[in-house]
Amino acid sequence: MLEVKDIRKSFGPIEAVRGISFKVEKGEILGFLGPNGAGKSTTMRIITGFIPPSSGSATVCGYDIIDNPVEAKQCIGYLPENAPAYSEMTVTSFLDFTAGIRGFSGKERKERVDAAIEKCRLEKVRHQSIGTLSKGYRQRTCFAQAVLHDPPVLIMDEPTDGLDPNQKFVVRNMIKEMAAEKAIVISTHILEEVDAVCTRVIIISNGAIVTSGTPAELEKTSSTGRMDDVFRKVTMGEEHLLKNG
Amino acid sequence: MHKTLEIFRKELRSYFESPVAYVFLVVYLVLMGFLTFFVEKYYEQGQADLRPFFFWYPWVYLLLVPAVSMRMWSEERRSGTIELLLTLPVTMTEAILGKFLAAWIFLGLALVLTFPMVVTTICLGDPDVGVMVGGYMGSFMLAGAYLSIGMLTSAMTRNQVISFVLSSVACLCLVLAGFSPFTDALVRWAPEWLVDGVAGFGVMRHYEAMGRGVLDIRDFGYFISVIVMMFVATQLVLNNKKAA
Repeated sequence: MLEVKDIRKSFGPIEAVRGISFKVEKGEILGFLGPNGAGKSTTMRIITGFIPPSSGSATVCGYDIIDNPVEAKQCIGYLPENAPAYSEMTVTSFLDFTAGIRGFSGKERKERVDAAIEKCRLEKVRHQSIGTLSKGYRQRTCFAQAVLHDPPVLIMDEPTDGLDPNQKFVVRNMIKEMAAEKAIVISTHILEEVDAVCTRVIIISNGAIVTSGTPAELEKTSSTGRMDDVFRKVTMGEEHLLKNG
Repeated sequence: MHKTLEIFRKELRSYFESPVAYVFLVVYLVLMGFLTFFVEKYYEQGQADLRPFFFWYPWVYLLLVPAVSMRMWSEERRSGTIELLLTLPVTMTEAILGKFLAAWIFLGLALVLTFPMVVTTICLGDPDVGVMVGGYMGSFMLAGAYLSIGMLTSAMTRNQVISFVLSSVACLCLVLAGFSPFTDALVRWAPEWLVDGVAGFGVMRHYEAMGRGVLDIRDFGYFISVIVMMFVATQLVLNNKKAA
């Protein structure tokens, strides 16, 4: 469903992404882990067509994001970092706008909007303007626009960032509920999320993949069996090993 | 096309969902009224035409149109919604066109709201309606040209103030190019063809021609070509600078 081949991206002299490749099939939830500045968001922005790669390709449901951007974007639901949304719009009008762009009209349009509001538990705030919403509701509104058209591929950049524990639980369950029919990529620093949600993990550091596997496989590579030790080992490299034996 | 319309509807509605539209319209109408009646002395001139009204547009638009255009792309960049918009299944052209049309129609609405001027003139005398129509068309096209420049400067920066200043200055250059004190100074040292060429680039000649009721395809062509050029430039800038 989603295939990324040797993506590279340079911003001037800085190489932000250095040859990232992976595949995600239906039913998989891929966790994208990495320190800040590793290139996770940049990679996601390339896959979703927001920025072009310096080289390499990303194919979504058979459509290349550069050659057929509109078709590819129609297959993607994207939740960008910081959950941007138009603050002067109400939740309903924002979702209605998204539904219109996604090609829905008439009765189906209204039904899709209502279903997304119900799925993301936004009934209480449906007529409130987005600028007045709490962080949790804003995140869920942006989540709703990503799933409204039932896309086969979901890309989510830090979907539970800044949410309280209850809200995190709700969003993680929403993701798991949808997993069976979709290929999902979520980026996160929250290592407990990886165990809770992901079927597979890729750890990125300095723009390149340093390790990948299922959460269980990765935990086996560390003496403590903990994900944060695995993370520290692969992202901090030699310096860490020398210090801590 | 329907996606352009969706974006158009959303944008136009967003003007009215914040105080922007209302403040703008009130300031615009009060200012035009003040300039027409007190500065240009509309009643004293004793003629039933809207010349004192249309005279000010190239200057007033220098301030008012950038005020509308400055938020077009700057706001999207600043709030991060540009990432949302450009990952939706819309082309850059559809997005630019939708936003531009919404802003242009909004400015058109502001023009329509000056209808009391027309009513007053018709009640007081026997004006040439064709000239008035020409004046309104010229103002609408002028607004479109300024707006397209403002759209480009808005795409260039996430700072609305910079966008405002750059587009005001750029539009000022277009006005001065055909403005008689400037061209008179130019005539003293430049050859005739150069002065004529420079004046042709300016908005004044085309705006004044339309204001005389002469709807020449070349004047429309001038304004449309400014708009199209700025469109293409905006597309280039946005393609190169999305994330910045």
